Amino acid sequence: MDPRRNYLAHPLPVRIMHWIGAVAVICMILSGLQIYNASPLLPFTFPGWMTLGGWLGGGIAWHLSAMWVLFADGLAYLAYGFLSGHFRRDILPPQPKVILRDLNDALQFRLAHQLGAYNGVQRLLYVGVIIVICLAVTTGLSIWKPVQLRWLTDLFGGYPVARTIHLAMMALIVGFLIIHLALVTLFPRTLVSMLVPVRSEPDNASQGGPR
Amino acid sequence: MSRKRAAVRASDIAPELARLNRRRVLTGGLSLGALTLLTGCDLSTHSGIDAALSMMLEFDDQVQAALFNPNRLAETYPASAITRPFRFNAYYPDWQVRIVPAQWRLEVSGLVADNAPWSLENLAALPQESQITRHICIEGWSQIGKWSGVPLHVFLRRIGADLRARYVAFKCFDGYSTSLDMASALHPQTILAIDFEDGPLSPEWGAPVRLRIPTKLGFKSAKNLQAIEVTNTYPGGFWEDQGYNWFSGS
Repeated sequence: MDPRRNYLAHPLPVRIMHWIGAVAVICMILSGLQIYNASPLLPFTFPGWMTLGGWLGGGIAWHLSAMWVLFADGLAYLAYGFLSGHFRRDILPPQPKVILRDLNDALQFRLAHQLGAYNGVQRLLYVGVIIVICLAVTTGLSIWKPVQLRWLTDLFGGYPVARTIHLAMMALIVGFLIIHLALVTLFPRTLVSMLVPVRSEPDNASQGGPR
Repeated sequence: MSRKRAAVRASDIAPELARLNRRRVLTGGLSLGALTLLTGCDLSTHSGIDAALSMMLEFDDQVQAALFNPNRLAETYPASAITRPFRFNAYYPDWQVRIVPAQWRLEVSGLVADNAPWSLENLAALPQESQITRHICIEGWSQIGKWSGVPLHVFLRRIGADLRARYVAFKCFDGYSTSLDMASALHPQTILAIDFEDGPLSPEWGAPVRLRIPTKLGFKSAKNLQAIEVTNTYPGGFWEDQGYNWFSGS
């Protein structure tokens, strides 16, 4: 076991990429809701205070700006996650039965939470949101460039379907954010550990992880 | 004019609207109160964020120009896929649609060898192309329609346009305008449409001649054309001047 790795709950690159990604994702969601309002797919629109950009043109300007931040941050994070072993160690979901056990514990508010060790439920949520954000970005590219990236648009079933998937991925990200923020509220020290260097808690072996 | 019209036409106040809207982009760009507070921007000027957004949109234009492949075609569809009824869309409601002015001619100007105006008959005598393609609006909705007319590259070559020029600008008699990069103007599916579905364009669909360009968002397919200019000076456009991304390629 790499001793440095056990030293911090979240290494510096993860903390930096987390916050850049968080700002980018929130800008994408709010400006995306502005764009959605121009031609709503569902029978409702979002109130102005939930949107960014002021009007369609402003929303698109934000969306086409923040996407580069998300794209660069996401690529850097994926590269770091694979190369550093972060994904293998921290994110890779365990056996389904371990996830079910942890989920059961979590729903009964019995699941232990150690800094630096991700339980089965966390792993499932994080791997899930990483995949969902990747799908949001790729469906977004496919509806931005349905001619130049036609293969990608076709992969998602054509422009109207890709647009619907793009919206659905946004909804899933919002769902993740609600759970994520609720859990951070329950365990405020996790917020501290994402801001400043905080020692992980290696004595309590991860319940869900293969470590 | 036989059509009933409003006391104030949108075209009469279009420059005023555009000016107001342009300001709205700037103020509206920052309307999210919380974020504005985070950035610590002065609400009365907020020029910093606007400058950053404009810079990013220019970067987007460059990326899109680089991604643009002149040989890659927009998907075409069978006649059975055509959306009916097709959705009317303009910067004004459909009861304000302009009828074609008497003695209409398509004017040509700028970096061209022959700037003689074109009648509809002259245009109809040029080689024609038909396409059934998806019209994708910047708002997100899309519809499949059928347009036929003169490929713009054929027309530009016929008038002896300088094909190394950067822009082709379009002015419309309904007060609208837009512009294309030369590479997109020369794309084989970019046409000066004179037919919609199986008959001549009616005023609401852009009579007598409209641009149809399936490799860009719908607002680039200007209706009711009046004049075409080949130029190296950035021409902007009705929506582009208000903040829509200029390239807006698909």
